[in-house]
Amino acid sequence: MFATLQHWLSGWMWDWLAVLITLLIQAVVVILPIMIAVAYLTYAERKVIAYMQVRMGPNRVGPYGLLQPIADAVKLMFKEVVLPTQSNVYLFLIAPILAIAPAIAVWAVVPFAPGWVVTDIDAGVLYVLAIASITVYGVVVSGWASNSKYAFLGGLRSSAQKISYEIAMGFALVTVLMVADTMNLTKIVEGQQGGIWHWYLIPLLPMFVVYFISGVAETNRAPFDIAEGESEIVAGFHVEYSGMAFAVFFLAEYAMMILISYMTSIMFLGGWLSPFEGIPLLETLFAWVPPFFWLAAKVAFLLFVFLWFRATFPRYRYDQLMRLGWKVFIPLTIVWVFVVMLMHYFKVGPWFN
Amino acid sequence: MAEIKNYTLNFGPQHPSAHGVLRLILELDGETVVRSDPHIGLLHRGTEKLAEYKPFNQSIGYMDRLDYVSMMCNEHAYVMAIEKLLGIEVPERAQYIRVMFDEITRILNHLLWVGAHALDIGAMTVFLYAFREREDLMDCYEAVSGARLHATYYRPGGVYRDLPDSMPKYKPSKWRSEKELKRLNETREGSLLDFLEAFTERFPGYLDEYETLLTDNRIWKQRTVDIGVVSPERALQLGFTGPMLRGSGVAWDLRKKQPYEVYDRLDFDIPVGKNGDSYDRYLVRMAEMRESNKIIRQCIKWLRENPGPVMAENHKVTPPSREEMKTNMEALIHHFKLFTEGYSVPEGEAYAAVEHPKGEFGIYLVSDGANKPYRLKIRAPGFAHLASLDEMCKGHMIADVVTIIGTQDIVFGEIDR
Repeated sequence: MFATLQHWLSGWMWDWLAVLITLLIQAVVVILPIMIAVAYLTYAERKVIAYMQVRMGPNRVGPYGLLQPIADAVKLMFKEVVLPTQSNVYLFLIAPILAIAPAIAVWAVVPFAPGWVVTDIDAGVLYVLAIASITVYGVVVSGWASNSKYAFLGGLRSSAQKISYEIAMGFALVTVLMVADTMNLTKIVEGQQGGIWHWYLIPLLPMFVVYFISGVAETNRAPFDIAEGESEIVAGFHVEYSGMAFAVFFLAEYAMMILISYMTSIMFLGGWLSPFEGIPLLETLFAWVPPFFWLAAKVAFLLFVFLWFRATFPRYRYDQLMRLGWKVFIPLTIVWVFVVMLMHYFKVGPWFN
Repeated sequence: MAEIKNYTLNFGPQHPSAHGVLRLILELDGETVVRSDPHIGLLHRGTEKLAEYKPFNQSIGYMDRLDYVSMMCNEHAYVMAIEKLLGIEVPERAQYIRVMFDEITRILNHLLWVGAHALDIGAMTVFLYAFREREDLMDCYEAVSGARLHATYYRPGGVYRDLPDSMPKYKPSKWRSEKELKRLNETREGSLLDFLEAFTERFPGYLDEYETLLTDNRIWKQRTVDIGVVSPERALQLGFTGPMLRGSGVAWDLRKKQPYEVYDRLDFDIPVGKNGDSYDRYLVRMAEMRESNKIIRQCIKWLRENPGPVMAENHKVTPPSREEMKTNMEALIHHFKLFTEGYSVPEGEAYAAVEHPKGEFGIYLVSDGANKPYRLKIRAPGFAHLASLDEMCKGHMIADVVTIIGTQDIVFGEIDR
């Protein structure tokens, strides 16, 4: 579709301009729904947790409080961005951008349905891993630039946490790559075709758990939210931020949450593949459902799990979190790399033949 | 080479887990606490001094505001001290009502504590669950006194009013459906005792809910086991009382050791811990709520069967009823004298202590024979507990400081007075 648009545009303007316009439109087409999803994820979070806690949640702005995210956004936009004295203003303001830019850029390679992808590159997994890692700079820089001890502690905690869990996440990805034989996200999904038992969830069950939990840690969500640590270091790295600068951190966090859920669904839960594939009656019954629906449903479920965690668990302590990362997850992933290797060698099950 | 300095962090007074206005100066080595220096006095209101300028009864309201999460227990110690000096007897029914409301207060306090403690450690759901139950109990406060928090219900010589025959009900609103309204008012149709009985029946189930979320939760255990350990000997030396002392394994409870009111006639147990860590103190408090529930049930049973006066008949101390006051000249004079001048308390001194939810809450009262105390000294349990903060926190991490502040159940109303 975008190729035709570009072709049509280049008919009556410079080629580079046509490319640029097409790219911009593509970016908007991807970013806009994500931003809307983020806004409504905050609403969903408040509602889901509210019902878990025998509360109502937002219900005043619009029907069932549905306009609450918009009201919040308007409020945040009109708030002053306070610059703390003696902070490094340049770094202070660049930090939220460092946080959100990768959280958006990473969507360039994520497929939403067969063929629905901005750039279908072969090193997709590597790109996601590399770009998602950059978000840590936003946190570290904001912690440093705020000239606040709480923010500084938050920044330190967060950098150590994200880097540690990235290793576990990376190893979990390695096992996926070993099973899928490709780094292209679309091909990873296609490799899981043939019914629910072909999904990588089954041979890589421990890796699925490790990846998702590391993802929770990676996005600084409860029970790993030590970088924010409401009751310990107040709000951690973004304690000095207000107004839009704070909102941008917030958007980045939620965009990353959605991304982690996407990646987990794509790599372990068969992406947009129907769970009823290969089951005689159900397959035909659900054949009309668009593939994107399955992906969205899986992502929504995983996001719900994120919120569920938050309502249930107490927060880890910093050293306990590091112990979990280094002493449990990393050894487990390394062992599983060998298990996958053996499975590969002996051509086990429907995944390796 | 640059000199390595410890990192000093100002923790509070504006901090989400400073439990009010604790100003804590933490000296940190990385994340490890080297020294913690609590600064108090930010909520000082001069309660002790204010009491010296007021007739005895007018200070009862100040007692509510000491430990503002266990209001009636504070009042209890104060009125007991006055009663000791006056040498008056309290009617039995009033004693049962006092015990019942002491235990309601204990549940109120521990519910807030478990909620706030869990919230400090990061489990926020328990907080809201606990508040659901607190709401019911505060309605009981409201039913007897008209106020949800600062009740001023206990008076020297008894309690202000007998238990009411009706409960306040929820009213229709546009946010509440007919069915919801009916469900909310279901247990409120009868008297206060009916409502409380229904509460005591469902409360153990609620406690199980909290325990499901916390007791066997691995993260909860990792965060509380072996945090802030105090040996029984050290706990005694530090002047700990209440759950802080019982968590260390010392079975000291004023309700058993020096029974006041009718505690010697009630059947209940004193839960004690073993290791003296935050987890044991958590278990002790959870068990105490179950015991309080038991006590309330026994009180309800007795109160149902034994109607009677709730205020001593001595009108030199206790006001006459409104009806009497309107028809009887002498009663009118009593009323006038009591509500202007108050009563004079014989010269002497008295110490009265109750097993407050947080520990031993004592009032030391010196009277010079006037209608005001000569001196009032408050023995607040939290003060002794806070004094041990440095010792308990040493070598732990910042996150544990929050756990320890939580486990001490500190309220600044009573510490700063």
